[in-house]
Amino acid sequence: MIFRTPILTLLLVSFLALLVALGAAWFGQRLVRHWDLASGSRAQLEMERRTELVSTLFAMVMLAEAVALFLFVFNADRMAALFVGAMCAVGTLNVNGYGFPALYAKIAVFFAAAVWLIVDHVDRLGRDYPLTRVKYALILGIAPLVILAGGLELAYYLNLRTDVITSCCSKLFTPANEGIGNEMAGLAPGLSLWALALAELVVLGLGAYAVRTGRGHALFALAGAVFFAVALTAMVSVISLYVYENPNHHCPFCILQREYFYIGYAFYVPLFGATALALGLGATAPFQRRASLEAVLPPVARRFTLWAMAGFATYGAVTLLVIARSHLILFG
Amino acid sequence: MNALRRQRALADYTIAALSRRKVKNLALVAVFSLVVFLLASAMFFASALRQEADAALEGAPDLIVQQLSLGRQAMISADLIDDLASIRGVRDVRGRLWGYYYDRVSGANYTVMVPEAGQMPPPGQVIIGEGIARARGLEWQGAPLFLSRKQGDLNRFDVAQTFESDSALLTADLLLMNAADFRAFFSVPEDMFTDLAASVRNPRERATVVDKASRAMPDARFVTRDDIARTYMKLFDWREGMMVALAAVAMLAFAIFAADKASGLSAEEAREIGILKAIGWDTRDVIAMKLWEGGFVSLGAFLLGTTAAYAHVFWAGAPLFAPVLKGWAVIYPAFRLAPGVDLSELVVLLLLTTLPYAAATVVPVWRAASADPDAVMR
Repeated sequence: MIFRTPILTLLLVSFLALLVALGAAWFGQRLVRHWDLASGSRAQLEMERRTELVSTLFAMVMLAEAVALFLFVFNADRMAALFVGAMCAVGTLNVNGYGFPALYAKIAVFFAAAVWLIVDHVDRLGRDYPLTRVKYALILGIAPLVILAGGLELAYYLNLRTDVITSCCSKLFTPANEGIGNEMAGLAPGLSLWALALAELVVLGLGAYAVRTGRGHALFALAGAVFFAVALTAMVSVISLYVYENPNHHCPFCILQREYFYIGYAFYVPLFGATALALGLGATAPFQRRASLEAVLPPVARRFTLWAMAGFATYGAVTLLVIARSHLILFG
Repeated sequence: MNALRRQRALADYTIAALSRRKVKNLALVAVFSLVVFLLASAMFFASALRQEADAALEGAPDLIVQQLSLGRQAMISADLIDDLASIRGVRDVRGRLWGYYYDRVSGANYTVMVPEAGQMPPPGQVIIGEGIARARGLEWQGAPLFLSRKQGDLNRFDVAQTFESDSALLTADLLLMNAADFRAFFSVPEDMFTDLAASVRNPRERATVVDKASRAMPDARFVTRDDIARTYMKLFDWREGMMVALAAVAMLAFAIFAADKASGLSAEEAREIGILKAIGWDTRDVIAMKLWEGGFVSLGAFLLGTTAAYAHVFWAGAPLFAPVLKGWAVIYPAFRLAPGVDLSELVVLLLLTTLPYAAATVVPVWRAASADPDAVMR
């Protein structure tokens, strides 16, 4: 265990999230079983009153979890100096077997939290608790994820030993090894750039359609999720090469460092934000016809769609900028 | 845009409501900012020390070779210089002469070194750090420095130069001597050195070089610059973590205080909430208003505390924490820390302070907001 302030902070956030998630899940299962808006019983009134508390608390820790994801990666990157063989976040996360699972779990919590926050936001638009049951059913799904992420994170930090020799990103992301990172790195650069361009066109086209007609948000969400996967693949297989100006270095984490002007954040913040918005839109799409939401949801959905499109477009724009400014020539 | 207008109106109302209870809220902000100040000071100070250590290590040799004897460092033979230089990738191997001298007059330890050729003082002269000049009271120009190894022994050195205090962290207790003077003063044989330093051109080859060299010199210990940097980072991280953990106790106490304050509504506040609900605000509006209130209090305390910590650490030199974080010595350099705060530190600080506060106050806020208007007004 390394006694570092960011680690203490991350553990504090996870601990609070865990407490709130457990409380909210306990309340959620009661609500899902007994919620009946038509009833005027004491229990129902009590429950309506209590949703305000639980929703506020849960929204708060979910926001904190979103910030914590970036802090987690940033801190891993900073700690690389502590481990022999580590040069960026990859080395730090590789120190023990819990690092990468913790990262993946935190990313999952981030998206789940974002979807939940959007559902919560939409629920508050309607005056008759239109999505409350859905919201709490979601909490029942998210709570185990929060517990898992917190547990993995704790295990990761408790088992950090600085005398371990870890492997650096150039070992992990090479076409020579086996595993998903290497599959991504081995993809032909031209192919993944074309795929990225195509995904960009599809997602922006579907977004424009959704903005114009007020329909098709589910499809937009799907396209957003696909774009996310394609964008990360393109990052590993080709964009990183342009950033490092080196045809063999595929690491998606080194771009977060000062040497590359923190350009990684210009990629990942819009990408994660836009994907989260798109997923949230997809989650609320089935409820557009609810009576209390019919009037208020479309403008909100429109705004979110535009924001998500802006995020996806930013990813593409930063990619073009990086390729234009790079001295590496991969094609021609 | 409707939602935005609503939030703006709520914020507007909250500011007016806060200013109506000036004394109570200012007291809350003051206590909160004190906690932020403690945490922020510890973090800023440790990060400034880490930066300072990094900067100091820039000039350190890539590789240091020490002879070990009985598990302790011993003098190293000059013959090994050639052995080390013959390894491919190793350059500029040089023997270094340095040691410590305990000065009975001032009760302090000096670091005595023979500098590299460029800075070498002529025989009979020394270059000293400002800490030594201070400890020995060498105020006037040309005052000689007398060093005594044992009773009845006195060696006179003329002070060729005194280091400026802007490099004090490294040079406060430093005494630079001519190589011949050093060997004579400490009785070091001609063919021995304290340790060897070398540079390795390609940083990625350092591990390989150490591997090869340790086979050629099994009795030696190899210390790379990365090892030193890692140790410093761990040390400062640990000290910072200790301070933060201590300050976290203060944060916990404050969270309890805040929860208590928030749950014990004054009659006036209860009446206000009652009236708001009676004129049509619903529970959500009251909660939102109260969250704004918490937000303003946190923001005010955060800004105040962080600014005060910045001034404390970078302008005043952190008088409250320095003994714990720096360590202690007879000659301690008076140095200014280079100001530098990065965004991640502020994010950490924000999470560390506002999250417990928010978590502690939400439940009482909700309790107050969801009460029936007639119940609270009665």
